Amino acid sequence: MGASITVEYVKKALPSGLAKWSAIGVIVGLVLAVLALSMDMQRAAFASLLGYMFVMSIAMGSLFFIALDHITGAVWSTPFRRIAEILSNAIWVAPFLAAPILYNIFLELGGHGLYDMYHWTHDEVVANDPFLSQKAPYLNESSFLFRTFLIWGLMIVFKFILVGNSYKQDKTYNHKTNKVNAVFSALFMIVFAVSISLTAIDFMMSLEPHWFSTIFGLYYFAGTFATIIAMIAILAVNFNERGLLIEGINKDHYYSLGGWMFAFTTFWMYMAFSQFMLIWYANIPEETFWFMPRMSGYWAILSVALIFIKFIIPFSLSIQRPSKSNPKRLKFLAVWIMAAHIYDLWWITYPTYSKVKLGHEEYQDGFNYIPYFGWQEIGFLLFAVSAVLLVFTVFAKNRNLVPIGDAKMERGLNFHL
Amino acid sequence: MNNQKLYALTALFDTPDQIMKAADRVSGEYTNYDVNTPYPVHGMDDVMKLTPSKIGYFTISVGLTCMSLMLYFIYWTNNVDYPQIIGGKPFFAFPTYVPIMFEITILTGAVLSVLMMISILFKFPNNAHPLHDSGYMKNVASDKYGIYVEAKDKNFEYAKVEALFKELGATSISPVYYDEEETDWKPQTWEPKFVIGTIGIAVFTSFSVYMHMNKVLFLPPFNWMMEQPRADYGEVSNFFDDGYSMRVAPAGTIARGYIPYLFESPDSAAKYMSNPTLATKENLELGQKKFLTYCSPCHGNLGEGASRLKGQMPPGPDLRSEMYQDFEDGRFYHTITKGKGIMSGYESQITREERWAIINYIRVLQKAYGVPSTNKEMAENVENNQEASE
Repeated sequence: MGASITVEYVKKALPSGLAKWSAIGVIVGLVLAVLALSMDMQRAAFASLLGYMFVMSIAMGSLFFIALDHITGAVWSTPFRRIAEILSNAIWVAPFLAAPILYNIFLELGGHGLYDMYHWTHDEVVANDPFLSQKAPYLNESSFLFRTFLIWGLMIVFKFILVGNSYKQDKTYNHKTNKVNAVFSALFMIVFAVSISLTAIDFMMSLEPHWFSTIFGLYYFAGTFATIIAMIAILAVNFNERGLLIEGINKDHYYSLGGWMFAFTTFWMYMAFSQFMLIWYANIPEETFWFMPRMSGYWAILSVALIFIKFIIPFSLSIQRPSKSNPKRLKFLAVWIMAAHIYDLWWITYPTYSKVKLGHEEYQDGFNYIPYFGWQEIGFLLFAVSAVLLVFTVFAKNRNLVPIGDAKMERGLNFHL
Repeated sequence: MNNQKLYALTALFDTPDQIMKAADRVSGEYTNYDVNTPYPVHGMDDVMKLTPSKIGYFTISVGLTCMSLMLYFIYWTNNVDYPQIIGGKPFFAFPTYVPIMFEITILTGAVLSVLMMISILFKFPNNAHPLHDSGYMKNVASDKYGIYVEAKDKNFEYAKVEALFKELGATSISPVYYDEEETDWKPQTWEPKFVIGTIGIAVFTSFSVYMHMNKVLFLPPFNWMMEQPRADYGEVSNFFDDGYSMRVAPAGTIARGYIPYLFESPDSAAKYMSNPTLATKENLELGQKKFLTYCSPCHGNLGEGASRLKGQMPPGPDLRSEMYQDFEDGRFYHTITKGKGIMSGYESQITREERWAIINYIRVLQKAYGVPSTNKEMAENVENNQEASE
């Protein structure tokens, strides 16, 4: 009991620019999104899927970061944990971005939706397709909606437990809270593993309902964790430079954040390559057809670009020491990794848009599958990113930016590599 | 002790905080010093003002070099030396190479970094250091935190260093001496003792690995092909119903590289077969050689039918006669393969190509028949042969 840290923490207001610019971003994004929805529902749904997967990366990833901190007893990450805790409020943004998709699926429960996106939602297609009718017990509209709401519910429940306990600890300085949180974190790990896999499978893999890849959940997770670390790094470095965080955060803390980004950049490549090589080697038609359009025409160029953007460039940046300990270079690396994750999500989802745009026409040497990226996508992504930041500023208003009551805080600030 | 020189002044401390402070102070004044602790102390790099190690550059360059060599090796085996299609993949199946290249990069990078450390930094096989067997080393290896300043440092003054250590609160301060030749390092790689020792280790390792793999570790199911249970011909089999270990190949089985001869009669052979070879010089020379070996005993050197067998067998017919001039190549081929009348088949003695070459040569003999020779001796020979056959 009693004050656990010797360094005094003074709560300071967040820079007003953050709230202002994120609010502007939300408004501009919202206008573009509404415009996109009114013009072309189908395209807007794909664009909002991009935003949704990004927001879920932040919402679920931040909870994973918190749980990892509790469960491993790591001390370096404790000063950053509050940023992740506030970021976990991104879950409130998720329903807005999922709305265009879920509304359509809800309509399709009773007949036909407004547009064509998930092929398995069409009854006549499923009835004539032996694969899809076998998958129907899992892949149907009502269970899709059920799973989505269940995952949101679970995330919100664990957010209230883990983050709520941590908020209370700021005042009580009760060290037993750490133990309670560690138990719930262990429970959360199981929930998280299932939830993130199901989110990836439901929203992205089922765009091509014939396709299956058992590693797909991990593939999304690899990008997710790199992204949440990048998000925390951007916020933490900026706040620390303005003196909003506590004294004692040094380049060794930065280095650890950079180390995670390095690790998960490599891990993503490991997952992506494993997925690709096994499918390429086995050469089974029901698996390879997912890669075929991505390996020809315009998409082939974008696939090679993905290797560079998501792996080679961040890998060669983050393997250098200064990129991890120098705040400027760390911020650059973090922004790059977040952008690369969004690019990766686009690369996963948009070939399907090229396909449904042509009325499920097969690709012919790939050049009929045009990669679409325009103001619709920018609008939804702008809305997603700035809404996450706006939610952060709103929920950070009355909160400390470091968990000052945490038992590990003292050691966390004395952390040296 | 009078032939020994001062190597360094050492100091021991009780707590990690003290050693951090000491390292901080010493690093400001001296360059040739080092810190020894029983475990890695966090933050030590900073207070010692160490720059990041350059070892990473060595590791990555070695790793990438070996990776490229491995890529070339796989490429060479799969594309140049013995190209073969595996699983319907292209010869240059890059995705399958990636895991191997990755592992080679890690393996060679790690192993060669350690080997470089041992050979260059530790000056292997030299293993002497003045601090070895000192009381100082014993202490820092168990529970004390030590720091020492080498005498070769340009700012080194015994009294000054001692005063600094005392001021920092060292529990014990002691000098370390050494024999000059102990650290006067010269390469000892070719020293007989070291070379013999290395060879001895290599021989012992090879021998013991061989013994382990072949004698000690011979455990089922890890048995060698040589030792595995097998059925020899002539043995009674308990497995097969008919009790034979030797199995008969299924009907229609064709041995690798063997092309069966399917024609039953010379007529069908003549109808369906034509000579696939060209009567080139090499081909005719081959045909001549084989004709003289296998055909000439009965048919004569020029195909005139004058047998050298001198009545032990009836002489062969004259191959130059009109009847044989009208023979199709396929009919000749069938005769050579299967025989005719008392002539036996030569299927097992004469290869397919040689048979066709012989036929080409017979055609030459037929064309040359009756053409007057410009060579007197040869013309006489021919006449003599003809007389003899008549």
